[in-house]
Amino acid sequence: MSEGLRIVDLRLDVEATGNDIVDQVTISIAKGKVLALVGESGSGKTTVGLAVLGHTRRGVSINCGQVYCGDTEILSLTESDQRKARGHLVSYVPQDPSSSLNPALRIGLQLREVLEAHNFGSSDEARKSRIREMMEEVLLPTDDDYLRRYPHQLSGGQQQRVGLAMAFACRPSVIVLDEPTTGLDVSTQAHVLATIRQMTSKHGVAALYITHDLAVVADIADEVAVLYAGRVVEQGVVKDIFTNPAHPYTRHLVAAAPDISGKKEVVGLSGRAPSPGKRPVGCAFASRCELATPECQDSFPKEVAMSASHHVRCIKVGQVAPVLLASKGASNVRDQGSPVLEIKGVDAGYSGVTVVHDVSLTIRKGECLALVGESGSGKTTVSRAIGGLHREWTGTMVFNNVELQRIARQRSPENRRGIQYVFQNPYGSLNPRRTVGDSISRPLAIIGTDKSEASKAVLDVLEKVNLPGSYANKYPDQLSGGERQRVAIARALVSKPDVLVCDEVTSALDVLVQAAIVDLLSDLRKNLGLAMLFVTHNLPLVRSIADEVAVMSEGRIVEFGPAESVIGDPQQAYTKSLIMATPSIERSMR
Amino acid sequence: MITSPEVEQIEKPSGLLRTALRLKRTQIGLGVLIAMIGLTIVGPIIAPHSQTEFIDMPNSLNIPGALFGTDYLGQDVWSRFLIGGRSILLLSMSATLLGTTVGTFLGLLAALTKNKTDEFIMRIFDVILSFPQILLALLLVSMFNASPILTILAVALSTTPRVGRIIRGAALSVVERDFVQAATALGESRIRILFSEVLPNVTGPLLVEASLRFTYSIATIASLAFLGFAPDPTAANWGTMIQENSAVIVIQPWGAVLPVIAIAVLTIGTGLCSDGLSRVLAGIDRGGKGE
Repeated sequence: MSEGLRIVDLRLDVEATGNDIVDQVTISIAKGKVLALVGESGSGKTTVGLAVLGHTRRGVSINCGQVYCGDTEILSLTESDQRKARGHLVSYVPQDPSSSLNPALRIGLQLREVLEAHNFGSSDEARKSRIREMMEEVLLPTDDDYLRRYPHQLSGGQQQRVGLAMAFACRPSVIVLDEPTTGLDVSTQAHVLATIRQMTSKHGVAALYITHDLAVVADIADEVAVLYAGRVVEQGVVKDIFTNPAHPYTRHLVAAAPDISGKKEVVGLSGRAPSPGKRPVGCAFASRCELATPECQDSFPKEVAMSASHHVRCIKVGQVAPVLLASKGASNVRDQGSPVLEIKGVDAGYSGVTVVHDVSLTIRKGECLALVGESGSGKTTVSRAIGGLHREWTGTMVFNNVELQRIARQRSPENRRGIQYVFQNPYGSLNPRRTVGDSISRPLAIIGTDKSEASKAVLDVLEKVNLPGSYANKYPDQLSGGERQRVAIARALVSKPDVLVCDEVTSALDVLVQAAIVDLLSDLRKNLGLAMLFVTHNLPLVRSIADEVAVMSEGRIVEFGPAESVIGDPQQAYTKSLIMATPSIERSMR
Repeated sequence: MITSPEVEQIEKPSGLLRTALRLKRTQIGLGVLIAMIGLTIVGPIIAPHSQTEFIDMPNSLNIPGALFGTDYLGQDVWSRFLIGGRSILLLSMSATLLGTTVGTFLGLLAALTKNKTDEFIMRIFDVILSFPQILLALLLVSMFNASPILTILAVALSTTPRVGRIIRGAALSVVERDFVQAATALGESRIRILFSEVLPNVTGPLLVEASLRFTYSIATIASLAFLGFAPDPTAANWGTMIQENSAVIVIQPWGAVLPVIAIAVLTIGTGLCSDGLSRVLAGIDRGGKGE
């Protein structure tokens, strides 16, 4: 097998401080193969991906290392040669297709620009036929009308396929894909992944696939490199990584990923990766590792070969326990609690257009109801209507035997207290100018709780979400994403609600953090008897957290029932297709 | 597991003002501004003569006890210079303060309501904005008289819509953020959301705009005085001084040149401050390594 991409001992520094953000990265990918670069946010994945193109973010520079694309070493090329190589020899597919395509240019023109920039094809005719060919390869229509469309006239999946077509336009030998399916619905994601797989193997392209989604990795990659705090800690073929992880960190990652094929207790991990410049001399993971001993802090572990194709940097090799991928745990049969919130025949819409039709749900005490669906299915509209944030809805909602008013301002303080909302993005849901303590105690101040009592309640609730009391004086900027989400949950819990509406609360978080938050929510539900509406598009997660599931499509509930039976044995065609499209580690490993 | 007390402590990022103060241009600007304010405070105290005292022949230089000679009426140029900054600075500060406050409030209100109130406020702003700032001030001042209150009101009136538009724009994106939604869901009052959730998150653009408006207010008020609309025509005033002494600039340059320099330095000072602030806000020169 010939090599497509070889990265040797790559190191990148922050110019201002001289701290390395990526260090000792050595990766090679054979032609036609996909290597997934996995790691949590801030681990340096994208930095490595951009370095393959000889590009760095502002303020970051490549300190040492080589990047070979075929026989060409990219980093030693001059600036203008690098520019020629990009797109031609090595190309890049960015994360968000809606912002990476120029909204003012027709897609046909954007595709032609790529070809023209690299002098691909001898005539306009040749280029035109190449564009048709590319569009065909990514399974898009090839007619002129379609090529005359603007990016906004395409769906997210179509946009990303145009992005792929652009990346493959000049037949590069290496392609870097930076989370190309993040933000896409599962069925769209399945199409895009299939396209990527087919394009790379057909044209013998070495692909570096950057992602944090392990199920996608299992689905698409041949090999995996796990990045932690800027260094590769484990590298090997997919099967080894998932069934026999040798590094404790990899093991935690796999254990934290929920899987659609079975009910799985996801396990989180506290702490966070050290930032550049604060990385210890020894193993960076030692401070969070349950196997760590003082030797771990001496030096960065040498590479240990588990097999010819499986390398790990850990001195505790062999002591890492195997992971249970999925277990068909006993389904949660419980006494049905009394209904807390009943929704009957709710229609909702925006400026006169109805997007949610006849939704009826019952949430019982101590129960977690998951509302799942793809984007645009109306699930968030329903949850916002329940939270009193959406004005345009009709139907009835009965909360503790009291009918709810349409918006929060019209509802009684008692009802507002009883239903609390946790937002998707913890970076947006906390006022950056307020301390954590202020944010959490605000709901109490509105009810009229006095100050000393409120501050006691704040400490109390911080403890419930596993944060130290000293966090009350911190500002959101000083917290990590997971900690912020804990604060947001604490704010929702402080007024002792009966129903917690969680709107995609884990989608902005890394998998380990997600697992920890899910853990927390399950505990809270058990201990406080909270009823929960868990809105998500993440089906595997539903299996780990929910008792009952309502599947929404185009504003209607198409299937409803206990989580185990809906996901394990779906009845409706739509649910079946959703579940089939969801990548699964377990299924890929079979 | 090896226990470390905290994996990492993240410093709270310093605010706009503090970051801006690390830039040379802001330091210089603020230094100049403080010096000028100092001059207008100390000036009237150390002035050797009163502002209306005739000390010698008009337009003469080289008079003992009068550093820069006498002006077109025979008054001491140096004393009038020292005294003449105070009213400009006071008027422009008050006008900026008033205009910014009202503008901020209306801008926030417009952003939060997003309905007829918003539409109404914005159209009023458009009407005011259709007049050039100096013309609007001239119109008001010449219709009534150039009392200090009216001058402040006139300049503030033209400042309000400019600040209001900026604040509305900045607040619109803040209003959409989840923490404002969260406050709404908790049942916070509108006023409270306006001042305690939204306002603290637009202080950056507010600071930049206020400092910019201050620069313009100084220029406008000095221009009004130059055009003969000073609150007290006999009192020393940099704008008035330029106008009075510009005719004799060839024989007695100081009477016009000194106030010109003063106004220039003052506006450059405030300009540098607002430039530093806006650079930090826009993310240029991040890291505070100076220019």
